[in-house]
Amino acid sequence: MELRSRAPEGPLAEKWEHHRSAIKLVSPTNKLKHHIIVVGSGLAGASAAASLAELGYTVSCFCFQDSPRRAHSIAAQGGINAAKNYQNDGDSVHRLFYDTIKGGDFRSREANVYRLAETSAQIIDQCTAQGVPFAREYGGLLANRSFGGVQVARTFYARGQTGQQLLLGAYQALERQVGAGKVTMHPRAEMLDLVVVDGRARGIVVRDLVTGAVASHVGDAVVLATGGYSNVYYLSTNAKGCNVTAIWRAHRRGAAFANPCFTQIHPTCIPQTGPHQSKLTLMSESLRNDGRIWVPKKKGDARPPQQIPEAERDYYLERLYPSYGNLVPRDVASRRAKDVCDEGRGVGPGGYGVYLDFADAIARLGRHVIAERYGNLFEMYERITAENPFDVPMRIYPAPHYTMGGLWVDYNLMTTVDGLYAIGEANFSDHGANRLGASALMQGLADGYFILPYTIGDYLAQAKLGKLGTDHTAFKQVEREVSERVDRLLTARGRRTPDAFHRELGRLMWDKCGMSRTAKGLEEARKKIVELRDEFARDVYVGGRGEDFNQTLEHAGRVADFFELAELMCRDALDREESCGCHFREEFQTPEGEAKRDDARFSYVAAWEYAGAGKAPVLHKEALAFEAVHLTQRSYA
Amino acid sequence: MRLTLHVWRQSGPSDPGRFMRYDVTDVSPDMSFLEMLDVLNQQLLSRQESPIAFDHDCREGICGACGMVINGRPHGPRHATTTCQLHMRMFPDGAELWLEPWRAQAFPVVKDLVVDRSAFDRLIAAGGFITARTGSAPEANNTLVPKRDADLAMDAAACIGCGACVAACPNASAMLFVAAKVSHLGLLPQGQPERGARVVHMVDQMDAEGFGACTNHGECMAACPKEISIDFIARLNRDYLKATLAPKPSVKEFTGAA
Repeated sequence: MELRSRAPEGPLAEKWEHHRSAIKLVSPTNKLKHHIIVVGSGLAGASAAASLAELGYTVSCFCFQDSPRRAHSIAAQGGINAAKNYQNDGDSVHRLFYDTIKGGDFRSREANVYRLAETSAQIIDQCTAQGVPFAREYGGLLANRSFGGVQVARTFYARGQTGQQLLLGAYQALERQVGAGKVTMHPRAEMLDLVVVDGRARGIVVRDLVTGAVASHVGDAVVLATGGYSNVYYLSTNAKGCNVTAIWRAHRRGAAFANPCFTQIHPTCIPQTGPHQSKLTLMSESLRNDGRIWVPKKKGDARPPQQIPEAERDYYLERLYPSYGNLVPRDVASRRAKDVCDEGRGVGPGGYGVYLDFADAIARLGRHVIAERYGNLFEMYERITAENPFDVPMRIYPAPHYTMGGLWVDYNLMTTVDGLYAIGEANFSDHGANRLGASALMQGLADGYFILPYTIGDYLAQAKLGKLGTDHTAFKQVEREVSERVDRLLTARGRRTPDAFHRELGRLMWDKCGMSRTAKGLEEARKKIVELRDEFARDVYVGGRGEDFNQTLEHAGRVADFFELAELMCRDALDREESCGCHFREEFQTPEGEAKRDDARFSYVAAWEYAGAGKAPVLHKEALAFEAVHLTQRSYA
Repeated sequence: MRLTLHVWRQSGPSDPGRFMRYDVTDVSPDMSFLEMLDVLNQQLLSRQESPIAFDHDCREGICGACGMVINGRPHGPRHATTTCQLHMRMFPDGAELWLEPWRAQAFPVVKDLVVDRSAFDRLIAAGGFITARTGSAPEANNTLVPKRDADLAMDAAACIGCGACVAACPNASAMLFVAAKVSHLGLLPQGQPERGARVVHMVDQMDAEGFGACTNHGECMAACPKEISIDFIARLNRDYLKATLAPKPSVKEFTGAA
């Protein structure tokens, strides 16, 4: 396997323009003949499917939800970044690029990140034209807010439902193409494997989640837009259905998996209430604009927050990072919350929480302003906790939220399998070791609207693909393997449910491969994962039939793949003997407790090649060369 | 807490279906409604019984996947709350609850509490969009939108497509869903060119899917977890009347289909 980034030569600011002019085009009549498979219908998948169909391609789009509108992008609350400089506060494409590279702790590819920043402004134009109701100022212009890790206000938003509105924009564009007959939508269909013929991705095998039928679909290219794998931790802010299966199966068919250990733990989530907890709920990072984070100075201080006088509170982020204060990047905010709780200064049941206090902002701006900015978030908090944030400070704690790791892709967003693309959270590309707030939506839409639709043409124009049918032996073979896997889960008929195994795996990953990691802990976790995985194969109980709507079976298949991924995550975390961004190895830190990078040894993307069951994966390194930025120790003080 | 549940069990569209009784113990008031069902399902699985099928995904009240009728009310007793955001502290200890799927001709039952809401997708495909081909958009701030209009459009756009409005309506009408989309797009300057065609095509599709007509019961608004107002239905009616007085554009012209 060879990693060729295909990042174009030339000055950073001209790379994309040059590349776009140089790549091959598919003629309009030939576009009709090409069938493209898009798996996933979130921001990346829906925008790609719609845009490809608009270009004239024949598209099939698959999602496991009952409707493409329910993809998890819908839950993004805070906003989307764009270098519009509408606020006249000194923003620029270069500044957004630099903030993203620095926020990612210098572990992403310069050329990709610059292109993302360049494309950002066009996304806002596109979404506005579709009718996305972004927040407006009284004069009718678009409004902005600020987000963590940056010093300009470049975030566009639609109340606390920005992801929902952007996704509905993309979904409506997608449905328009469905209505026009150019996209065939397959909801309640789960991709269970990739079919590679002569080294090229030529289709997928899916299970119809209603009838249980396993069937093949042939295409000229396959685009995976299947999101991230935070649910490996069981408890995360991801929707319950989010899973790694599509990209993991592609990995097993030859797609390198990059930086699997780069997982983001979001600082502002509602703390867990008990063992029944099924998921965690995020409170938008935008709350950190007006909320102040604190814990009591004294350990074990059980007084209600209102009774703790100002002098006995520790606004620890403002104290440690005077220039960024509560708006430090997510990895820093999360780690510091863990530190104060580990010291015994955490609040709420179990002591795993910190306060996010709006009292000052309410006094300064008035209750109505805070209600307008965060009303729906406050309501959501109250529904879950039965506490009103207008009266008492919110309690928050970090939770797994986003995975920067994913399938390795080149500048064209193609994986190491020809004709297989990965876009949005499913790829590894733009966020390095830590993603900045309001950048996931930006990346998903940049990939789907403005990058993939061009770059895929370069492949299709040159690939010279032969005609294939689902009766081809490669398809029949993969279908058989999928059916056998499904049968194995059903016939184990053990004693423990997939959910019980998933919880145990999640707990283990959170403890050993979560917010902070050690070599010893990772070694232990790897051993334990293998034991647990074997136990799962022997002792899982699924029940019901394969030829039926069987939600336990769906879950079991996903858990099986999470086990394999978890082992790779630990291996990757162990191998990376440095701390960077969200990857915090306790052995490698500065005297102030910040992540200490080792650029001499680890300035690379770790891309793992699958070597077969029971065999150690092979590590390939894509060296990261920085031409435009100077590598520094991140400082937010 | 302990509860008695009567849950609608139906193995598929051809099965007539029936209520089954389950006693659930050790329910924590901090559990969400779906977490309570998770606990029950784990117990059913451990007894090798078939777990209750229900749709759910984000569990944050935004994806619109979840939804069931609880004691006759879509999404249960709490105002402006999806089933996933409903917590057990809302119920008294010992409560007896009847759980049913959305019931509407246009939403056939898939299994137990799961229904097929693909009719909603077809409504959007019929016209619930603004034609704005990727790449053709003008600079965003060239189009001014008065804050009041943008806010009102956002109120309508907040719809999560869960289908509670249909389940609540005695006529199983989808008027609130359609009205929300027609209003969201019709309130914005970008949505003006297709405003008439949009409302006509969406209403036609609504009839074709077998949704009933609106007779102003207002149950939809009461059940809506996002508090979408029936004022938007008045707006739809106004737009529909205006549009039908004008010549009707063909589907071909509207969708750009070749």
